[in-house]
Amino acid sequence: MNYINQMTIKFDSLSINEGFARSAVAAFCVQLEPTLDEITDIKTAVSEAVTNCVVHAYPKKIGTVEIWVGLTEQTVTIIVRDSGVGILDLERAREPFYTTKQNEERAGMGFTVMESFMDSLELHHNTGGGLEVVMTKKIQSKKQMANSGING
Amino acid sequence: MQINARVIQDTLYLSLCGELDENSANYVRTALDKQLTNTLCKQVIFDLSELSFMDSTGIGVMIGRYKKMKERNIPIFISNPSVHIDKIFKMTAMYEIMPKIN
Repeated sequence: MNYINQMTIKFDSLSINEGFARSAVAAFCVQLEPTLDEITDIKTAVSEAVTNCVVHAYPKKIGTVEIWVGLTEQTVTIIVRDSGVGILDLERAREPFYTTKQNEERAGMGFTVMESFMDSLELHHNTGGGLEVVMTKKIQSKKQMANSGING
Repeated sequence: MQINARVIQDTLYLSLCGELDENSANYVRTALDKQLTNTLCKQVIFDLSELSFMDSTGIGVMIGRYKKMKERNIPIFISNPSVHIDKIFKMTAMYEIMPKIN
């Protein structure tokens, strides 16, 4: 994939950084001129992935969360990486309402939300431990629409 | 994040203002429970018109409050969610336990 622009951010797995992470990714994606709906979808998916790092990947310590974003003319690819405890059964983790923390009022819907708000979701074991979440979304860019004459 | 409470007749209105995520979840739980625990109202309405962001952590918070109020037979209703919060509620079938009202 030939990306026209890329960025990486790294931050501590503190819940206070969730707002920063989703806003930073959204701000970076704005150059594709996405709709407000698309931006909110992206913000929500990033928030879910970072929550997983804060709550599940590093349950007892503060670790590092890395987010990489790559843009093409019409797509956003987001990779959220941690070096935490990882997930043994990736298929099971994706099931709606499945949670390992039943006593904590957890919905178990994080991956389901990411999957439905983005166009694709892949989970990989991170080499050296932890999880890698890869999400993509096609942007119905206003610029693209204008160029193709769909929308003046 | 801010919770505002008002009582109109036998209904407790709780408006959630701000962003509900992992960072604000504990505060929201405590603030909602403070209003819910001793309420004499017959029903509760969560007004989400000022809730600018929510992810699935918010669903966990809602389910927790629902369970507590169900023990006392006090129903909770959802009002004025944004388009994306509405999407999350539908996706998680939340309206089956907390119906949406206008």
